[in-house]
Amino acid sequence: MDALALSRLQFAVTSMFHFIFVPLTLGLSILTAYMETRYVRTGDEIYLMMTKFWGKLFLINFALGVVTGITMEFQFGMNWSEYSKYVGDIFGAPLAIEATVAFFLESTFIGLWVFGWKKISKGAHALSIWLVAIATNLSALWILLANGWMQHPVGYALKNNRAEMVDFAAVVGNAYGWLKFFHTLFSGYVIAAFFMMGIAAYHIMKKSNLDFFKRSFRIAATFGLVSSLLVVVVGDFHAKGVASTQPTKFAAMESLWETKTEAPLNLVVVPDPENERNSVEAVKIQGMLSFLAFGDGQAKIRGLKEFPREDRPPVLPTFLSFRLMAGLGVLFVLLSLTAYITAKRDKLETSPALLRIMLYALPLPYLAGQLGWIVAEVGRQPWIVYGVLKTSDAVSKAVNDTQVWASLIGFTLLYGLLAVVDVYLLTRSAKKGPDDLSGIPKAARTKGV
Amino acid sequence: MEFQIIWFILWGVLWAVYFMLDGFDFGAGTLYNFIARNETEKRMVMKTVGPVWSGNEVWLLTAGGATFAAFPTTYALMFSYLYTALLLVLFSLILRGVSLEFRGKVESSAWRKGWDLGIFLGSFLPSLLFGVAFGNIFQGLPMDENGYHGTLFTLLNPYGLLTGVLFVLLFLQHGSLWLAVKTGDSLGERSASLSNRLWYALLIVAVLFLAATAFATKLYANYLQNLILCIVPAIAVISLLAIKFFALKADYLKAFYSSCLTIVMVTFTGVIGLYPNLIPSSMSPEHSLTIFNSSSSIYTLKIMTVVALIFVPIVIAYQIWTYRVFRHKTTPVDAEEESGFY
Repeated sequence: MDALALSRLQFAVTSMFHFIFVPLTLGLSILTAYMETRYVRTGDEIYLMMTKFWGKLFLINFALGVVTGITMEFQFGMNWSEYSKYVGDIFGAPLAIEATVAFFLESTFIGLWVFGWKKISKGAHALSIWLVAIATNLSALWILLANGWMQHPVGYALKNNRAEMVDFAAVVGNAYGWLKFFHTLFSGYVIAAFFMMGIAAYHIMKKSNLDFFKRSFRIAATFGLVSSLLVVVVGDFHAKGVASTQPTKFAAMESLWETKTEAPLNLVVVPDPENERNSVEAVKIQGMLSFLAFGDGQAKIRGLKEFPREDRPPVLPTFLSFRLMAGLGVLFVLLSLTAYITAKRDKLETSPALLRIMLYALPLPYLAGQLGWIVAEVGRQPWIVYGVLKTSDAVSKAVNDTQVWASLIGFTLLYGLLAVVDVYLLTRSAKKGPDDLSGIPKAARTKGV
Repeated sequence: MEFQIIWFILWGVLWAVYFMLDGFDFGAGTLYNFIARNETEKRMVMKTVGPVWSGNEVWLLTAGGATFAAFPTTYALMFSYLYTALLLVLFSLILRGVSLEFRGKVESSAWRKGWDLGIFLGSFLPSLLFGVAFGNIFQGLPMDENGYHGTLFTLLNPYGLLTGVLFVLLFLQHGSLWLAVKTGDSLGERSASLSNRLWYALLIVAVLFLAATAFATKLYANYLQNLILCIVPAIAVISLLAIKFFALKADYLKAFYSSCLTIVMVTFTGVIGLYPNLIPSSMSPEHSLTIFNSSSSIYTLKIMTVVALIFVPIVIAYQIWTYRVFRHKTTPVDAEEESGFY
């Protein structure tokens, strides 16, 4: 493999690893903040226990999200310096704004939250976790606006041998970026909801801390139901956005080879990229794809063959990831609906099958998130900035194969070690259950702000 | 004033504040295994650094982000030219972050020992590497129209290493003063006496550095052309002396503030000497990366200036506030107390 292939692999490894931790943070921070707010409002200690138990899991996860995020910022310059030179005028701004506006807020107030239990009032303490939650979500916005620009570049002009920003409002108002933001955000919330439901289900099955975990489950089920519905709704808009801005990605997602009006949706498709066709197409719904893409059953959709081979993304990974992701998205709605109804009727303890399913479903939203990124990034190929810059022209010139081999091996070893430690810590804390608060003095337990 | 110059100043400020803040984390983290005699004292150190280190580290990410946004060509070339060195910085910072966060999560001495080593390496290595990197930037990198002509080992030249040692000592001094101010009991006293002894080593290396700079770099050219600028290195020297002055009076808070000022002024001394370069070429001046030939468009710089003018003061305000929340000395009693997470 050459430096280009290795750099791509390294970016995939490091960003996918980073994205194991970040999306959980998006939702779990909000759920933790909600629980602490309930505690401050009601003085009910069970919410304090919840805040501490879920907060601890949040922190273990948060630490890895932060440290693996530094890698992302460094890597654009280290491995993709031609890219950074060419688009830095636009792409650097959202990253710098993210650090200034969001990351400072997040990192400063997380320290206050962890160490400030007795230093600041209860209200201020709850406020600090809200600030962390807001900052985390705000951070995602700027990163996804940056990615949105790579997907659908706007507000720029090609001059001085590079892409220069000419309209900041267009970059910030890029609909593609906003759709991506909401889609990613809600999918992160689904991860958090399933994370909480899965762990709660485990304890409910074991009959440990029943009241604590049933309440946690109810909160997570409500959050999960709303979020999983929103992911699907936003996902539909997002797909429409892709259809109108990235025709090659859309065609690859659907494995559509020929340009068609009244394009059908085939529920069963087996792509045959070698021969530029699908070897199996079955269960056809006429005009459905045109309708999904443009809201018009007659609309024309461009097939892959309309584009030169070198401008098409790899069809198989894009197609399979999209199908699987979309299928999982529907599954999450059904699961959270069932979970919500069962929790609402207080039938959780007598539904062991559901509890077991929810425990084993815990990793599925993570998988869906990773698949979504494969669709987004592999589907954009061969472009790094769609229609503007090819990935092959973006790699650093000064970096040789040996250097990238060394860094790739280094990252794999270090991240592998971190993954083992993280899983160990999370499993350990999750299984242990909440700490008993009886050791805390009464004064610290009474109601008040 | 030209926007490139505004961003050059801001670039210098971001690095200076970063070194001033994370400097004491690095110093305390390097000393920690040697100065803390038992688990209680180790927890005391953790409690002084724990609430603030992550907020401090963001100054580095902002300095990096600002370089990307304001001087993308410099960002692109510097990061790819110094690939292996930056990779080491990155790994060390990752190690430090997880070590600080995970150390207290399991009650086992073997577990803690492992992360203690991580805290040491993750604090010492970045101190040294940042120094080596800046020493090399001050000297200039061997680069021309064909790119970079060095390797990781080119960076390990005498002047680069001297700057590395200077940074390590600056941060050790800074970290020991931080502990002298922030921890009570015998740990605080030992930190204070250590900082007193470290100061002499720092003084010697600082003098060597100032002398070597005259031979190894062109940093002094700007000062000779514009003598008024000499006030910056003069303040650096005065504040370095002030550390000792206040330490002798056992006023370690003022000594710590003097150390802050020393780090900021040392950084400024280097940055002013670089102007208008961000990275000089040691091969031929016309291939230097300057604030003018590597900057973003004026439009982008204007937008970023507005963002910085609004948000940087807000950041400074809430960071000062959190430092005030945690202003009290940490005692052995605090260290034994459960924070709920550690």
